[in-house]
Amino acid sequence: MEILQIDLFLFLEKLLLIGGIITFSLVIAMYTTYAERKVAAVIQDRLGPNRAGPFGLAQPLADGLKLFFKEEIIPLTSNKVLFIIGPALAMMTAMLTSAVIPWGSSINVFGRDVSLQIADVNIGVLYVFGVVSLGVYGIMIGGWSSNNKFSLIAAVRGASQIISYELAMGLSLIALLMLTGSLSMKTIVEQQMSGGWGGFLGWNILYQPLGFLIFLICVFAECNRTPFDLPEAENELNFGYHQEYSSMKLGFYLFAEYINMFISSAVVSTLFFGGYDIPFVNETTLAASWGGNIVAVMGFAALFAKIVFFLFLFMWVRWTIPRFRYDQLMDLGWKKLIPLALANMLITAIVILWLNK
Amino acid sequence: MTIIEILFWFLSALALFGALMVVFSKNPVHSVLWLIVVFFAISGHYIVLNAQFLAIVNLIVYAGAIMVLFLFVIMLMNMNTESEPQKSKWLRMAAALSGGSLMLILVAALKDNTSKVTGMFTAEANIGLIKNLGKVLFTDYVVPFEISSVLFLSAIVGAVILGKKENSTTHS
Repeated sequence: MEILQIDLFLFLEKLLLIGGIITFSLVIAMYTTYAERKVAAVIQDRLGPNRAGPFGLAQPLADGLKLFFKEEIIPLTSNKVLFIIGPALAMMTAMLTSAVIPWGSSINVFGRDVSLQIADVNIGVLYVFGVVSLGVYGIMIGGWSSNNKFSLIAAVRGASQIISYELAMGLSLIALLMLTGSLSMKTIVEQQMSGGWGGFLGWNILYQPLGFLIFLICVFAECNRTPFDLPEAENELNFGYHQEYSSMKLGFYLFAEYINMFISSAVVSTLFFGGYDIPFVNETTLAASWGGNIVAVMGFAALFAKIVFFLFLFMWVRWTIPRFRYDQLMDLGWKKLIPLALANMLITAIVILWLNK
Repeated sequence: MTIIEILFWFLSALALFGALMVVFSKNPVHSVLWLIVVFFAISGHYIVLNAQFLAIVNLIVYAGAIMVLFLFVIMLMNMNTESEPQKSKWLRMAAALSGGSLMLILVAALKDNTSKVTGMFTAEANIGLIKNLGKVLFTDYVVPFEISSVLFLSAIVGAVILGKKENSTTHS
C-alpha cells in the first residue's frame, strides 16, 4: 500500500521514529534540568531538590506544571505575533537537528530492517550546521519583539556571539571532514567503528584532539551556556532576551536550552566519539552470536552513555567557570579559535597528503 | 499529482507569497522575516531538484548569516513605519516602471528557452550532490572558481581596512 508513492510502512516507521525521538529528547531535557540542580548541589555542597517525590525525582514535573498554570502576560507594546513565534522557533530549531543523528544501527522489526536514524542525508554535517545557524532567530525575534531594551541588547549579543562562533565551529569541522571524506553522519560513525580495538582506535578524537576542543568550546557558545551565557547575563541584563516572557513561553526558552545541550552532546559524541560504537567490542561478531537487535540496543546505550557524559560536562563547566566578559568572548572567538582552527586545518591537510591517505 | 508536483506547487506558491509579503510589509522586520521564508522555499526547490548541497548552503549563508545581519541592523536602528521617510510619488512610479520592465525582459528571455531548461534536467541528475559539484568546480570551472575566491578575498581585505580606519581615527 502506498501514499503518494511512498511505502506505507516506511511512512509509519519514520512517523513512529520521529515521535519517539522527539518524546525521548523532551523527557531527557526535562530530567537534565533536575540533573543540573543535583550537580550544582553536589558541587556547592548542598542537597538540591529533594521534596517532590523520592530523591526529588518529580521536581521537573512540578516545575513544568507550575509553568503551564502561570498567568500568561503578553506586553502591550510588544509585537504580538513575533512574541509568540520567538519561543516556538527556539524550540523548533532545537529539535530539528535530531533528524540526522544516527541513534543506533538498524533493528529488525517483523522482518523489516528499521534504521534508527530519521534521515541519512548525504549532507548531514552541513544540515546540523544550517540548523545551528538558524537557532539565532528564536533569540533575536524574542528579544526584539518584547520591546524592552535589555531584551534587545541580549538578542544582539546572542546573535553576534552565535555568528562569531559558527565560523570557528565550521573551520574545526572542515579538518574532520578532510579525515572522513564524507558529510553523512552515518558514514562517519561507520568509519569510526571499523578502527582497531573494536572501533576505539577509529574514534576521531584520537586524530583531531585540537579540532574537538575547538568544536566543544564553540558548542558551549552556541548553546549559550556558561562561561558564554552572555545573552542571559542576569547581573547585567536582568534576564536577557526572555525578560518579558512568562508562563510556558518562558518555559520553552529555558527548555530549548536543555534540548540544545542534549542534541549537541549527541552531535559531539557522533562526530568525535564513535557515535553508537561500543568501544573494545567488535559489533559484527557480537551481532552474529547475540542477535542484531540486542547489539543495536547496546549501541544506543553506548551512545547514550557518551551523551550523558557530555551533559555532565556542560553542568560541571557551568558551576566551575565564571562568565566571560563580552570583549573577552569576542577575542577568544575571533583572535584565538579561528587562527587555531585554521592551523589545525592546515596541519591536517599536510599530514593527510604526507601519509597519502 | 505526484509528490514532486505537489511539493513544487506548494513551494512556488510559498516563495511567491513570501516575496510579495517582503514588498508589502509595512514593518521592515517583517519584511526580513518574509525574505527568510522565501529563502526556505527556494532551498526546498533545490532539494526537489536533488541539489542538496546548494539547498543547505543557501540556508546557511543567506538565512543563517546575511539575514541575521540585516535583522541586526534593522533592530538596532529601530525603524518604524512612522519614522521611516516616505518616498515621493514620482520615485515610486519610476521604481514600479523599472521593476516591471525587468520582469518583461526576464519573461521575454525565458519564454522560448524551454529546450535549454529541459536539457539541464536531463544532463545529470546527481550534479547537485556535493561530490559531483566539487569535482566539476575543481576541474571544469577551476578558473572562474579561483577568480571568484580572489573577489571574496579582496572584499574581506576591504572590509578589514574600512573597519581599521574607523578605529584609528576615533582613538587618535
